[in-house]
Amino acid sequence: MRRAPRDTEASGRRFTRRALFMGGCMTAMVAVLGARMRYLGVEQADQFRLLAEENRINIRLIPPERGLIQDRNGKLIAGNEQNYRVVITREDAGDVGLILNRLSHIIPLTAEDMADILKETKRNSPFVPIPVAERLNWEDFSEIAVNAPALPGVSPEVGLSRVYPRDQDFAHVVGYVGPVSERDLAGIENPDPVLTIPKFQIGKIGVEKFLEDILRGHAGTKRIEVNAVGRVMRELDREEGQPGADVRLTLDADIQNFLQARLGAESAACVLMDVQNGDILSIVSAPSFDPNLFVRGISQADYSGLMNHDHRPLADKTVQGAYPPGSTFKMVTALAALEAGVITPESTVYCPGYLEFGSRRFHCWKHGGHGKVDLERSLMESCDVFYYEVAQKVGIDKIAEMGRRLGMGIRHDLPMSAIAEGNMPTKEWKLERHKAEWRIGDTINSSIGQGYVLASPLQLTVMAARVATGLAIKPRLVKSVNGVEVEISPPESIGLDPGRLRAVQRGMFAVVNGKAGTGRGSRIADDTMLMCGKSGTAQVRNISTAERASGVVSNDQLPWRRRDHALFVGYAPYDNPRYAAAVVVEHGGGGSAVAGPIVRDALLRALYGDIPPLTAYPADQRGRMESLLKDLHLRRPDGTMPESSKV
Amino acid sequence: MSFLEYRVKTAPTGLSKVFYIHWALILVVTAVAAIGWLMLYSIAGGDLNTWAEPQMKRYVLGLILMLGVAFTPIWFWRSMAGMAYGVSVLLLLVVEFFGTVGMGAQRWIDLGFMRLQPSEFMKVAQVMMLAMYYDWLDDKKVSRLLWVLIPVILIVGPTVLVLMQPNLGTSIMLIVAGGAVMFAAGVSIWYFVAVIAMVVGAVAAVLESEGTSWQLLHDYQYRRIHTFLDPAADPLGAGYNIIQAKIALGSGGWAGKGFMQGTQSRLNFLPEKHTDFIFTTLGEEFGFVGAFSLLMLYALILVFLLWAAIQNRDRFSQLVIIGVAANFFLYIAVNLSMVMGMAPVVGVPLPLLSYGGSATLMIMLSFGLVQSAIVHRLR
Repeated sequence: MRRAPRDTEASGRRFTRRALFMGGCMTAMVAVLGARMRYLGVEQADQFRLLAEENRINIRLIPPERGLIQDRNGKLIAGNEQNYRVVITREDAGDVGLILNRLSHIIPLTAEDMADILKETKRNSPFVPIPVAERLNWEDFSEIAVNAPALPGVSPEVGLSRVYPRDQDFAHVVGYVGPVSERDLAGIENPDPVLTIPKFQIGKIGVEKFLEDILRGHAGTKRIEVNAVGRVMRELDREEGQPGADVRLTLDADIQNFLQARLGAESAACVLMDVQNGDILSIVSAPSFDPNLFVRGISQADYSGLMNHDHRPLADKTVQGAYPPGSTFKMVTALAALEAGVITPESTVYCPGYLEFGSRRFHCWKHGGHGKVDLERSLMESCDVFYYEVAQKVGIDKIAEMGRRLGMGIRHDLPMSAIAEGNMPTKEWKLERHKAEWRIGDTINSSIGQGYVLASPLQLTVMAARVATGLAIKPRLVKSVNGVEVEISPPESIGLDPGRLRAVQRGMFAVVNGKAGTGRGSRIADDTMLMCGKSGTAQVRNISTAERASGVVSNDQLPWRRRDHALFVGYAPYDNPRYAAAVVVEHGGGGSAVAGPIVRDALLRALYGDIPPLTAYPADQRGRMESLLKDLHLRRPDGTMPESSKV
Repeated sequence: MSFLEYRVKTAPTGLSKVFYIHWALILVVTAVAAIGWLMLYSIAGGDLNTWAEPQMKRYVLGLILMLGVAFTPIWFWRSMAGMAYGVSVLLLLVVEFFGTVGMGAQRWIDLGFMRLQPSEFMKVAQVMMLAMYYDWLDDKKVSRLLWVLIPVILIVGPTVLVLMQPNLGTSIMLIVAGGAVMFAAGVSIWYFVAVIAMVVGAVAAVLESEGTSWQLLHDYQYRRIHTFLDPAADPLGAGYNIIQAKIALGSGGWAGKGFMQGTQSRLNFLPEKHTDFIFTTLGEEFGFVGAFSLLMLYALILVFLLWAAIQNRDRFSQLVIIGVAANFFLYIAVNLSMVMGMAPVVGVPLPLLSYGGSATLMIMLSFGLVQSAIVHRLR
């Protein structure tokens, strides 16, 4: 295989030229590398030698200071307190187990704790400090510092940890922080390096969780010199992180405290809202718990105590609880009927005490019946038959649509955990969910807020606010971030005819102020603040009946469990609505007797801006109210609890 | 002049080839490798078995392979170029779909006794392929667009596969070394000017457009670019290595702390201390003198290679040697820049020093090609 010669004179010279050029480039790069070696090894040598010989350099992340959470007036809800703690660094400690053993002579460490810490040190890089104990008292802390030579790798430090000064008042809404878990990390894409700091605390539920990004801030870094046993000699430089933003909520700490005390030991929920802008002034779930327990690491006994309590203190009933709204739903049915043109405010229905439909008989709560009932009276005396009749003509789909317009069956976006959507049933929904046709009986049940209808106390409050104003009020919880007000757009009208809306409002006025009103016991005596409202008593017995039929539940259950839920929604003042509130007392009994007075107290507390004066109550109730208000264990103005309540 | 013509007349045969081998090159290469063993011994805390011994064994294996390659005529390797390239591409495809991922996402095939990284072998195969292409191509056509596009495709194809692994360091090396062979083959300088101008322009446009209305990338992509370019932003991640490496190098001073006396490297500050960051130990224990001496040994190897290329009259041989020299130089330049904090950390080993099988074998093999070209050159 012969070929023509490839290596001509010209191409040979060109190759030599280019090879030499490349050689020149390489020489230049080698020169640069050599110069860099000289720079690092000779010119900067003194600086680096010092760093390397006596001490070594470590880089530590400085955890950012978490943003404060305040109430609308700047009162502290969640803050940070100094925390004496001790950490251990594996590469300086050498034998971590041995050092922990020595440490256990000073502070109590169980074998389990030590195993956990040992595991944690192995999981992280050797230079990462692992917390050994938090919240040490000053004696232990200084004893560790004194014994430092015997405890290589152990350093006492002062950190910050979360504290909730108004402990149980805000447990549900604000939530609490806890150490980052593997599960938390798995859920975050591209996690901030600060999250890898062992035991770094992030929001677990509530506002703390949902505003985590705002509250956390950004970590800084510091370069520190450590000596041969890892003791910090000095800080070389530090790049400050960015502390988290302070968040001001729409809540009022004093009202929150008042209502928490007012609900007392009941299993209950109360939401109070400003109907002009949707600001939630107070959102209380009772009984509550102390979130500080969770920050400090709750003991098993405390935890199971909370878990097994039949009043479910850990559940946030205000937004997570979905209850049959009972008669408080009648405004929805009434407005749907009015809008559909099925009735006018003057239409009447005859109530004989029951409605017969097919073979079934649907009872009115009043045995003998109400006789001839118009819209106003149907609300005032809470006649069921009126709504049975009307709902059949309107149809469930229109009722459900009205419910959604009034804020039920939809999710309200608040930075809180597990917000329930409630349920606004339609024909389509039942077909999909229960694979069954919608029956007229379902409509009849739904018309008085029983059956498939479910709503949370928050949704009931929104409904009351929207009925009061005719505007699409949206609840909000965050007032400002770092002093910058969160902007809200003025609420739009929900598009209801003002005359029809007034008819319903008149009915709600009659409920509280009418001679035969079911909520008359909750009326306000101050003429400038008269209240409108609607009571509801949701039967839980229906469910029990079904359960009893299947034989699962025995009859000798706790009687408390089988009592009705007491509900009440209301707003005041009637002619120029300012605040709306809803209260649900689980198994509380009658809505007007149990829940109504609490709604009144919530509204009065907000309207007066203080504990309501006795003159606001009807004369015959003043004696009882005086002792009730006096017995409330309220905080002092500085947020601390008076001594007596600590018993 | 063709191979067949001069082979008969001048090429040495049989054992006489021994006298034509470039023994000085082998001596310097061995010296560099020996420095590597010393360092591995020191880093392991005075233990031979951890890293030094396996690395010695690999070197001996590499040396035998190198001599085997050297004794085989260069025209045989020329005829194997297409096959080597094809097999390497195939292996890259295999690891893309069946390979094991680990430690910085380099993909390998586990052969039991060693882990084969096809991307390393692609470096040699690509050089052989390009050299063969330009040996075959009529010199007059070298700068015509169509004939420039073919080698560009030959370079870009495997690079894309390597980039998908993802292995940025090797991708850069494939592109630059391929470009170097094209440059040496005589492709018009304006092509290189145009490509460099386009790259600079594109980078400038991407960086300039940040924050403007015509922003070219997403915000998160810019954040990645920033952490890549500025490791100090992540001081416990990439930046940690660099800072510790600089302290180790700097604390060595003029003459170093002495063999086995380095503290920085032994205290587990550097996770890659026996592989990519091995140079820091040298700098710490032998100081500027030791580090600079190593650099000079490397420079000597490059001088040997370039001189051998210029001396050689056969085009395939010339281009193979240039390609090998370019690869070797890139290893050194990228690794040292990264260790000394002049470039982002991309994971390129220091040739002959860093602990690792594929890279060492590939370097020895490529030196075998160089030796073969020297032995069988036209005299």
